[in-house]
Amino acid sequence: MSQRPLSPHLGVYKFTYTMSLSILHRLTGVANSVGFALFAWWLMALASGPEDYATAMRCLSSPFAKLLLVGFTFSFVYHFCNGIRHMIWDTGRGLERVQARRSGMLVIVVSLLLTVLVVWLGCAALTAGAP
Amino acid sequence: MSLRTPLGKVLGSGSAGEGTTHWWVQRVTAIALIPLTLWFAASILRKPLQSHEAMSGWLGHPWVAVFTILLAITLAWHSWLGVQVVVEDYVHGKGAKTVLLLLSTFVHFAAAVAAVFAVVTLAVART
Repeated sequence: MSQRPLSPHLGVYKFTYTMSLSILHRLTGVANSVGFALFAWWLMALASGPEDYATAMRCLSSPFAKLLLVGFTFSFVYHFCNGIRHMIWDTGRGLERVQARRSGMLVIVVSLLLTVLVVWLGCAALTAGAP
Repeated sequence: MSLRTPLGKVLGSGSAGEGTTHWWVQRVTAIALIPLTLWFAASILRKPLQSHEAMSGWLGHPWVAVFTILLAITLAWHSWLGVQVVVEDYVHGKGAKTVLLLLSTFVHFAAAVAAVFAVVTLAVART
């Protein structure tokens, strides 16, 4: 077993910013899994009735929870945009180094803009219909 | 001399017995999630989130309920496959790996069933 050849360890490669985008795709993916559990919990609170829903919405309105929700928003939006980038790669396009760097930059910019948009719309939706 | 059986060669499923299924389902669920999440986000961000009446009425609407259930199942499936790959790649202890994979499977199924049950409850309550 120990005599089998190993692929080069990560440490031998020069660090490039496209690598951090790739790592971020996995990190945001795991964060989104937690976000999905939160979504299921929110749906259960809604189905449990007005009192439970009010409690859940109070939990989500604390400053810490709001910060967390902004984080989940960026996490989701980034994974969404970079996922599309991955699908384009799956067709064999955009794999040249210059193209991959350019699309990476585009994903970051679009993700940040969409995060701002969703947070802005979310704030408006959160203040509407308060009991 | 190859020790692979003729049937194994034809199926081409490799040692894990599932071939490219994992990779493929990850892509299929990803494609399905593009319209589903765009629709859900665009809809829910225009709703009065604090109002239980408005939110339960909206989610209980037949078409909204159907697509929210599709969203929940597809999200759970995609997330389950993704977490599996991350655990398999970075957790090297056999015990820890098995425990984490089991835990991920249980949590994903529980969350998916909870989400579907909640939406069905809302849809039934609305009628």
